[in-house]
Amino acid sequence: MSFINYSSKEINCKIVYYGPGLCGKTTNLQYVYGKTNPVAKGKMISLATETERTLFFDFLPLTLGEIKGFKVRFHLYTVPGQIFYDASRKLILKGVDGVVFVADSQVERMEANMESFENLAVNLKEQGYDLDKIPYVVQYNKRDLPNAAPLEELKNLLNPKGIPEFEACAATGEGVFETLKGISKLVLTELKKGR
Amino acid sequence: MAVPQLVMYEEESKLISVVLERLNREANSKVVFLVDKNGQLISAAGDTKNLDTTSLASLTAGNIAATGGLAKLIGEKEFSILFHEGEKDNIHISIIGQRVILVVVFDTRSSLGLVRLRVKKASDELKTIFDGLLAKMEQKEAINVESPFAEITDDDIDGLFSE
Repeated sequence: MSFINYSSKEINCKIVYYGPGLCGKTTNLQYVYGKTNPVAKGKMISLATETERTLFFDFLPLTLGEIKGFKVRFHLYTVPGQIFYDASRKLILKGVDGVVFVADSQVERMEANMESFENLAVNLKEQGYDLDKIPYVVQYNKRDLPNAAPLEELKNLLNPKGIPEFEACAATGEGVFETLKGISKLVLTELKKGR
Repeated sequence: MAVPQLVMYEEESKLISVVLERLNREANSKVVFLVDKNGQLISAAGDTKNLDTTSLASLTAGNIAATGGLAKLIGEKEFSILFHEGEKDNIHISIIGQRVILVVVFDTRSSLGLVRLRVKKASDELKTIFDGLLAKMEQKEAINVESPFAEITDDDIDGLFSE
């Protein structure tokens, strides 16, 4: 949950990028990091294997600006996508305020998307959260690839409830900030409700 | 929700600073800081200028989470103390009241024994402060004190992304 510090006048929120292996979670963060004003960002940390697969998490602190005199800070995390890192994924969901599910649009990754999506619901539940209640958006990544599945199909499979969704191509940055803005809005709206 | 929202007030923040400053002095350490289990930095004392405290906080919480996972696998509740020894600098990490993490960075001017001794005393004081803070948070919730963010407008939120 968010951390409100009246003493330093700061609100800190935690956003987790979830999704199957190689769907582009780290690429999302790298793009945000590359395009953010140096004053507004901290160091990006990547705990990755030698082959650049996320081993534990990526971490990027961002300062968005001020609301009602409070500095709004977002901590962006990614989880390792590979199936066998499930224990680590659970840990990163602790204290999450908002989730971005990054789906890989390629037809042949559909099964991996579904598996990761179900895994998200299970792991959130284990931490005491409900996917229906927590701020949550979907990003359909890799829309530029020739083997991308039709949008309708992705929607049917991954977004039956019609939560905010975004098309993206994280490698070129298309849709990346739209997604971040989408989840930030939901998280801050939740904050508005008190808890 | 699973983990209650953490709120830090001016009063407790000052009390915590006093304890951390004293711990840093008495343990002869370089830096002392306090982190939420979710990776949010709560407070720091000592020579923090050349340190990326935000990253340190996040990695410390990740570290505690990972060792906590290990502990559960072997049937322990948690490992309440971790110690990392380097060539010059060392890190002593301890969990306080199952909620917050106290981190002490020290070099050869201090020793593990001294740090452990001082941490123990400071832990008790910090635990009392956090128990009080939690009680205060519950109390505020019970009488339904309105969140200062209840009046955030959509324009405020849009404003954050105006650049």
